[in-house]
Amino acid sequence: MMSSSSVSDAKSVKLISENAPAVSFLSRFLHWEWLLVGLIFIVVIVNTQLTPYFLDANNLSRTSSDFMEIGLMMLPMVFIIITGNIDLSVASNMGMSASFMGLLHNMGVNIWVAALAALLLGTLGGVLNGYLISKVKLPALVVTLGTYAFYRGLAYVFLGDQAARGYPEAFTYFGQGKILGTLIPFSVALFLFMAVIFGLVLHRTTFGRYLFSIGNNENATNYSGIPVAKIKFIIYMLSGFMASSAGLILAARFGSTRPDNGTGLELAVITAAVLGGVDINGGKGSMVGAALSLLLIGLMRFGMGLLNIQGQVQGIAIGLLLIFSILIPSLVRSISKAGKNINWRSIMFTLIFLVIFVLFFIFFFWSRAAVIASV
Amino acid sequence: MKNRSLFVLLTVIVALSMVLSACGAPTTEAPAATEAPAVTEAPAATEASAATCENYVLVPKNLGNPYFDTANNGAQEAAKELGITVLYQGSATADATEQITLLNSLIAQKPCALAISANDSDALVPTGKAAMDAGIPVVTWDSAIAADGRNLHINQAVLHDIGAIEIKMASDIAGPDGGQIAVLSATSTAPNQNAWIEVMKEELTKPEYAKLELVEVVYGDDDDTKSYNEAQALFTKYPDLKVIIAPTTVGIAASARAVTDAGLIGKVFVTGLGTPNQMREYVKNGAAPQFALWNPADLGYLSVYAMHALATGEIKGVAGDKFTAGKLGEYTVEDDPDLGLNVLLGLPFIWNIDNIDDSNW
Repeated sequence: MMSSSSVSDAKSVKLISENAPAVSFLSRFLHWEWLLVGLIFIVVIVNTQLTPYFLDANNLSRTSSDFMEIGLMMLPMVFIIITGNIDLSVASNMGMSASFMGLLHNMGVNIWVAALAALLLGTLGGVLNGYLISKVKLPALVVTLGTYAFYRGLAYVFLGDQAARGYPEAFTYFGQGKILGTLIPFSVALFLFMAVIFGLVLHRTTFGRYLFSIGNNENATNYSGIPVAKIKFIIYMLSGFMASSAGLILAARFGSTRPDNGTGLELAVITAAVLGGVDINGGKGSMVGAALSLLLIGLMRFGMGLLNIQGQVQGIAIGLLLIFSILIPSLVRSISKAGKNINWRSIMFTLIFLVIFVLFFIFFFWSRAAVIASV
Repeated sequence: MKNRSLFVLLTVIVALSMVLSACGAPTTEAPAATEAPAVTEAPAATEASAATCENYVLVPKNLGNPYFDTANNGAQEAAKELGITVLYQGSATADATEQITLLNSLIAQKPCALAISANDSDALVPTGKAAMDAGIPVVTWDSAIAADGRNLHINQAVLHDIGAIEIKMASDIAGPDGGQIAVLSATSTAPNQNAWIEVMKEELTKPEYAKLELVEVVYGDDDDTKSYNEAQALFTKYPDLKVIIAPTTVGIAASARAVTDAGLIGKVFVTGLGTPNQMREYVKNGAAPQFALWNPADLGYLSVYAMHALATGEIKGVAGDKFTAGKLGEYTVEDDPDLGLNVLLGLPFIWNIDNIDDSNW
């Protein structure tokens, strides 16, 4: 233990103490995850008041499987964003894998062989991304933007304007079946299981630590002898694998496949990750936050759907929430740093957005009052 | 790190409490007052009697399409006659995934019955089954879900007649020398359009249409801008193109406008399925000398009567069932090997310069 007695002009102040600095009880709650929990509670309470169908077990069970493909793709996306990169090709990879499986199935190949082939193809798609980004060192945004178009195009080449249909029930169980004796869909159970694994890897293993390190300072990490290129390659390959699994679950859920399946889902995946507190610049984030944000988005969309709010209009709420998720932490940071010199501008912007948010909902409910009353 | 375990624990508790509370003993459907999630409970699944349900729902392929809006007018007329409420809910684009999400939230609200114009005949089967399992009769109209995903399909006209009439109109317009024709359809997954295109291709193998050559099938996705652009692309790609067949009211209006704007009236003609008010100016200016349709208002009207009959138990949804649909008269449920159980509205009707002013919708 070092004390300050060796410092010449020291007052009797202990610079370093054996005990961790005292943390006030309230500051334990200044984490983004707690805000998400609070929002979830608010959403549940508000929606329960507005409609009796919100907390219905059957409805929740049915709606939860709508979000599991996004969830599965979000898990490796968290890894990728934490390292400071991005993967825009996940949804196209998903469509490509599902279409490939559909093509093979249409040609008469056994469904399990076709599914395996699809997983392989999707992983190869991730490998291509990983190779170009880690070995050839091209920017991730550009590479995945290219593969976003490339893989979707391949999906159309595989299936054209046909559909693949008639999957055996043993296969559609993965998307439509429930865990025996309960209402929990298989895909939800699968997601929770994978989320726990991914969360443990991120927060409890050295590999996870390396990801944070790469996100914070890639050069320093590289010079520390950590195999940055190999790690990036692995996470993109993982992303491809999970995207193709999500494609299989989607095909199982629909009982059929079309080449446009999952178009646009990559944005929902990134939204869920970023809303969960994963910093888009890299270096910060938690799997728990990402899972909570998926739950929050799922509940919000479900609740708004029950009130017959259009899909596109729901986007207003999600979008505003996302903007908040960026404004509030920066606000809190600037307040705590500035002490007395509070940045009034940031506060003003945040308040403006808050007001817009609230006004949107008030206006929306007021204009739909008649419809809601009849629900 | 300690905080993280706390979050995990709390998430699990939140999730469990919601699941357990929702799985609790069946009680009333009224929402609980103050206490958080754990209070409101769900009625036990299976039966949904017509007595406790409130609304019927009409679901088009997408909103903002005059064809479906006209169908809704007919549906609302039927609703008034029957004394029921028919809600009109649809997604913004003709996309199967969006329609499934919408249907899931509609099923959650336990309507009396659903009448759906499907964006995808196969992808909607699990959703249709889920609705039927929840005790909600499912009727499809205009565009069918595959037979095991719905109770009944309201068929506007015999599939074969629709396809055949479009080829016949194209052949009349092209004249004795025939020529190149193209099809501008809706979405590539639309069950009804795809079925009609199959019939058209079969018809083209007949000797009397030997002079017609189908060069391409393009998809306008029932979006006005995309259809317009696809039509323009056809003019450029096939300078000898004679006729565009558009079996969709959005596509035919956009193609006719494209022909007019490009100054190709008299060189390229448009035909297919259209609504009188939309197509009147193009019949008069010669871009679309003939087109056909049935009355979508009647289709909506019949769909509402059909789903009401199913929901109240008036018919069981088996072949041979008869029911009366207000002003349209009596209908019988038929069983068709391709289309499954269906009810036929009637015959398609052709408009041309002589009768275009007689209809106003």
